[in-house]
Amino acid sequence: MNIVINGHPQQLTSGKILSDIVASYGKPSRHIIAELNGAIVPFDQWAQTSLKDGDALELVTFVGGG
Amino acid sequence: MANDPLVIAGKNFSSRFLLGTGKFKSKKELGESIESSGSQIVTVALRRIDPERHEENILEFIPPHVTLLTNTSGARNALEAVRIARLAKASGCGNWVKIEVINDSKYLLPDNQETVKATEILSAEGFVVLPYISPDLYTARALVKAGAATVMPLGSFIGSNQGLKTREFIRMLIDEIDLPIIVDAGIGAPSQAAEAMEMGADAVLVNTAVACAQNPAGLARSFALAVEAGRLAYLSGLPLQLPSAEASSPLTGFLYDNIGSN
Repeated sequence: MNIVINGHPQQLTSGKILSDIVASYGKPSRHIIAELNGAIVPFDQWAQTSLKDGDALELVTFVGGG
Repeated sequence: MANDPLVIAGKNFSSRFLLGTGKFKSKKELGESIESSGSQIVTVALRRIDPERHEENILEFIPPHVTLLTNTSGARNALEAVRIARLAKASGCGNWVKIEVINDSKYLLPDNQETVKATEILSAEGFVVLPYISPDLYTARALVKAGAATVMPLGSFIGSNQGLKTREFIRMLIDEIDLPIIVDAGIGAPSQAAEAMEMGADAVLVNTAVACAQNPAGLARSFALAVEAGRLAYLSGLPLQLPSAEASSPLTGFLYDNIGSN
């Protein structure tokens, strides 16, 4: 399936779970926030959220800023 | 200072110095600067995770007693700012947000109108909203109506170290607006921070000057001292400036006075 993660098109095997995708981006933590197709997915729902073709996922976290 | 807390949205802070966390050479220097300054509110930003760069988690360098203030940098309009604020809240790191809406890349001036809109929406959702603005009385009044917790006028361009170029406009806000006024942006030296506090600003936020100093922890501490000195000066009542001299020593009893002779 084709999905877009942080603006980058990616090809993944279907049925990927959100928590696995976040894990591939680094240590999953509450300090990472996931937004799927514009809606925030709470941390405790990551393991039950599977992605489908055409999804757009944003993964953000805290960085230094003024 | 004892018995003179900065109160924002009902929360008391003994420090009136807010620190930004951008541009530090290392997270270690950031941690040391937060500690040396005694800052109790620090700003952070939200960005997309970059899997190529395994950066340390900035939150591990911010002590748990410090209030996190997430900025909405990157937002070009009110709705983008609202989106960033909601994302930050979803992390469980609190609901304090510094609204920063910018769509000019040369001067990085905030868009006051969009900032008011974002403040309205987020205040209604229960956020503690600290909007960053170009100092303007009408905007500040609109922010009060919109439910802002403070008003954060810029002293000069972000990162410019030019100090209080907007002095007289900030003075108006201090006089007219019944919310904490936190001078943000452009403060490049402790003397400039002290000047803002002497005028009656409630707090000062600094980032670039500290982060880019040779010894960030040292400069952070000096900023905190200057803010405290400026606050004490303001509370103590500064004398008026005069156009000519006013002697400090008595003008009688000089050694060469011949008493009783002509």
